[in-house]
Amino acid sequence: MNIHSGVHHVDETSIDHVAAIFPQLLLSLPFFILFIMYISAVIFTNRRYKPWPLYRTVCWVLGILCALLAVVGPLANRALVDFTAHMMSHLLLGMLAPLLMAIAAPVTLLLRTLRTSWARGLSRFLKSWLSRIYTHPIVATFLNIGGLWVLYTTDLYSLMHESTLLHVIIHLHVFIAGYLFTVSIIYFDPVFHRKSFLYRATVLIIALAGHGILSKYLYAHPPAGVPPEQAELGSMIMYYGGDLIDAIIIFLLCLQWFRATKPRAAEPWAAEKQRAFHNQ
Amino acid sequence: MTAENSNEKNSVSINRSVQSSRNVWSGLLFGMGLVAFIDEAVFHQLLHWHHFYDKSTTDIGLVSDGLFHAFSWFATIAGLFLFADIRRRNGFWLARWMGGLLLGAGGFQLYDGTIQHKLMRLHQIRYVENVIVYDIVWNISALVLLIVGIYLIIITNKKNQKVEVTSNEHS
Repeated sequence: MNIHSGVHHVDETSIDHVAAIFPQLLLSLPFFILFIMYISAVIFTNRRYKPWPLYRTVCWVLGILCALLAVVGPLANRALVDFTAHMMSHLLLGMLAPLLMAIAAPVTLLLRTLRTSWARGLSRFLKSWLSRIYTHPIVATFLNIGGLWVLYTTDLYSLMHESTLLHVIIHLHVFIAGYLFTVSIIYFDPVFHRKSFLYRATVLIIALAGHGILSKYLYAHPPAGVPPEQAELGSMIMYYGGDLIDAIIIFLLCLQWFRATKPRAAEPWAAEKQRAFHNQ
Repeated sequence: MTAENSNEKNSVSINRSVQSSRNVWSGLLFGMGLVAFIDEAVFHQLLHWHHFYDKSTTDIGLVSDGLFHAFSWFATIAGLFLFADIRRRNGFWLARWMGGLLLGAGGFQLYDGTIQHKLMRLHQIRYVENVIVYDIVWNISALVLLIVGIYLIIITNKKNQKVEVTSNEHS
């Protein structure tokens, strides 16, 4: 199935049109399901427990909207033929949507929705080696940034426009890898395999660098079939757009550090030091 | 001076002394971030002197730029959070913090002006014939920042040792 031509000749035949619509519907379906599941879980559990924080619901809805904007509608259509639109949709799908949805703490919501026995099963899964591997910051960085390097520096980018299957898989991968990366760096849900702040900060910096280097590389080395002007603009969107969303991730990571290292007593440092001096 | 006042003053200098290296670190991180931010905002975006990509950019230049860009972006925000942490522990020491800031700012600017611009040919300061003049101004101002920063750190080091000595005498 050729979705590329489906967009070029959108008015020619309805079959081509269907061909273009099909992957969009397929990609938007999981997000519709996630949206309905989250909202029903919020309504359901609010009857039994204290109200679920509104900001989390808002973040989830906004995150779903960002993801939908990227996979269905005018931006998704343009993304098939225009590299700059493609970059914008990838910023939404791979960075902003995962970040907003991670802030919404879906695992916490799921744990409070499920029956106790199911919730135990879920936390057993979260503690398992499989979950440990996929939410390890370095593995998640490889999936996320490494995946982008493979997509843009090999023929995969042009192959993606020829195969609906590849198109769907790559877009799901971009979202899932973006989500795993976000939750491996900042903790909003229960995390059983915690890494120190310094460790996560170091991996985050390396991941940011990998993202920045790839964007500048694309400026001069466009993927096959992408005109230079589109590559240059797309590269800058990736670079500066990435920086903007990264700033939020850095801010949240630092904020969590700031809260975690809050001094317990009024002036513990002074008190400790003074005690030490007096004991000498 | 009342006993209470002198106690308070004493406890502030002890706090500062405990936080002395964190003051330098906070300033250093923020200084690096600040210089990178000015570089991006003024020289890339406002003046359009620096280029996003230069055809003579080497691969190692691209990697170095990527790492420093990411680190400085992180450092700007982390440096300010560290600053807030020192403040809430009553250990802020302006002179020492400024020393760190100038050290970070000067150090990064010197690295950018010599290794990244010249050796790795990332991009030039401005695309004009007599770029050497720009290079000299850029690197000398970096050196000045660096030297003032180091000077501030050295003199606050001496004061720091004094505080520790008097604190020990008191007890």
